[in-house]
Amino acid sequence: MAIREVLGIYKDLDSAVAAADALREAGFERAEFEVLSNAPYPEGTFGEESGIHRLFVFPLIGACCGFAAGLLITGGTQLANPLVTGGKPLLSIPPMIIIMYEGTMLGALIFTVLGVLFESRLPWIGKALYDTRITAGYIGILVRTAPERESLAISALRKANPEDVLTEGGSVGGTAPAAQ
Amino acid sequence: MQERHQLGEEAITRELFRPLVSTPAMMWVGFIGLGAVLAIFVFAVSWMVYWGLGVTGLHRPNMWGFMIVNFVFWIGISHAGVMISAILRLTQAEWRRPVTRAAEVMTIFSLMTAMLHPVIHTGRPWRTLYWVFPYDFWRNIWPDIRGPLVWDPSAILTYLTGSTLFLYTTLIPDMALARDRTTGWRHVLYTILALGWRGNERQWKMQTIAGFLLSGLILPVFVSVHSIVSWDFAVSLVPTWHATVFAPYFVIGAIHSGVSAVVTLMALMRWLFRFENYIRLEHFDAIGRLLIAVGTGWLWFFLLDIFFAIYPQEARELEIMQFRLFDWPFNVMTALIFIFGYFIPVPIWVFQRFRRNVKIMFWTSIAVNVGMWAERYWLIKPGLMRKYEWTFDWAWYRPSIVEISIIMGSFALVGFLLLVFSKIFPPISVWEEKEGVHFAQQLQVGKRRVNAVIREF
Repeated sequence: MAIREVLGIYKDLDSAVAAADALREAGFERAEFEVLSNAPYPEGTFGEESGIHRLFVFPLIGACCGFAAGLLITGGTQLANPLVTGGKPLLSIPPMIIIMYEGTMLGALIFTVLGVLFESRLPWIGKALYDTRITAGYIGILVRTAPERESLAISALRKANPEDVLTEGGSVGGTAPAAQ
Repeated sequence: MQERHQLGEEAITRELFRPLVSTPAMMWVGFIGLGAVLAIFVFAVSWMVYWGLGVTGLHRPNMWGFMIVNFVFWIGISHAGVMISAILRLTQAEWRRPVTRAAEVMTIFSLMTAMLHPVIHTGRPWRTLYWVFPYDFWRNIWPDIRGPLVWDPSAILTYLTGSTLFLYTTLIPDMALARDRTTGWRHVLYTILALGWRGNERQWKMQTIAGFLLSGLILPVFVSVHSIVSWDFAVSLVPTWHATVFAPYFVIGAIHSGVSAVVTLMALMRWLFRFENYIRLEHFDAIGRLLIAVGTGWLWFFLLDIFFAIYPQEARELEIMQFRLFDWPFNVMTALIFIFGYFIPVPIWVFQRFRRNVKIMFWTSIAVNVGMWAERYWLIKPGLMRKYEWTFDWAWYRPSIVEISIIMGSFALVGFLLLVFSKIFPPISVWEEKEGVHFAQQLQVGKRRVNAVIREF
């Protein structure tokens, strides 16, 4: 099913919050719109953010991979070149722990960042409505909805005095055209 | 915080992007001056690689000299950056915002500079590849993981990778801001680095969680790195090196010198980029209070190290300790360490009016690092400059002009890289400053409105 995007641009926080309320009153689910801003706002400012994440799993997987790599490097290199020193055991545990520890932490760090990118849906190379005014301090409310509800979304966004409303076809203006 | 200025979003962006779009005269002076010293550094390293380590003051048994001292020093400087950033994020300290970016960048450049030293110190840097990395399957050549030569790179590379990822993750929103405001090559660069960031709620949520998660992960690495560097010395049998206290002693020393370096950097940024609205006196005040605790902790370990050397009454340990404390030039160095590392700066930091004086904070932070460089020399060299049983050659260590050039060049390298960074990336996190504005609250107290503690995640 085709999805249409509508982006409302708001100059201040109050208007953006009013737009989020207007969209909910018009029957839009919270998952159907997202708020774009240049810095985070306290959770709940625009209603509850939808979607769960599994970010905490990534460092665990990374740590396991890093530990395994550390074990392989330290154990493997000693077994590959079995040089007994001073009659001591072939596998020297204390230095193995050092390198395995670093491997574990390195794996956890790398996978955490990969997890952050994955859960943030980055890198984003798809097409989505966006406006550079958002990084200048404006707040964007992006609605993704069915084509037949596009006009409903536009009218809901216009209720909160937007600076502009953008659709995939271009700007439709912040206010409704006057009746002829 | 009570001293927050009410700045609009546009003003914050304009002021924090100023170093990217304009170059103050002093910045040009910095580029040219540091660049000249850097050229000497490159020449000195090339000279040493071409002619071999004979052009240095190194000889048996003084096989470690200025370069290893400087390596330990830069590892120490690198420590406080990410530590400050991580601890302040985890504790949700509001005053972290203008400090974290510069501190993280300093960590990365200091670490890179530190890593350079053992590599060039080998004399044949290209050979370190197969000493350290297990890649030569064909010839069945493997690194000896029992030697600290392998522990060091594993720890430092982990810390460098983690710190770089940490910095990059927090840089992404600012890259999007720069992407939307630039043209030409800068626009292409920022578009690539921004990864298509749009600033939706999910991305901000991930950014916040990432700050906590990465902070939690990087802190144990930070502790491990300087512990492992200390074991380069502690696992040897050289008197005064072979001490169990070395790991925590090195870590606290690293924090002392590193946090002081952050103060130096803050003062320079405030002066050079006119960031008075962001790096405020309250920040110097807070970091000064932190330094009192850190400095006193360092002094405790410094004295403990001396005590541990004296208490067992071992002849060799006593001999070196006597050499360190009473013989020229180490007796002067001991005094320098005490005076510059503790007895000048810390009593000054006790007074709030001095902590809130940028010039005093700047010069006391420089004093600490003079003391801490001397401390590293004091720790490393005396143990090597003595004759032991089965030591057939021995002499004083006198650094050559090549080594002195390398030391000077290392400072120029870090300074130069910091300047280049601030020409390409905002040296203070713009989005975190704006977040601070979003979370700021004001309370009505009687007839006056005052800034309140900020509610954070």
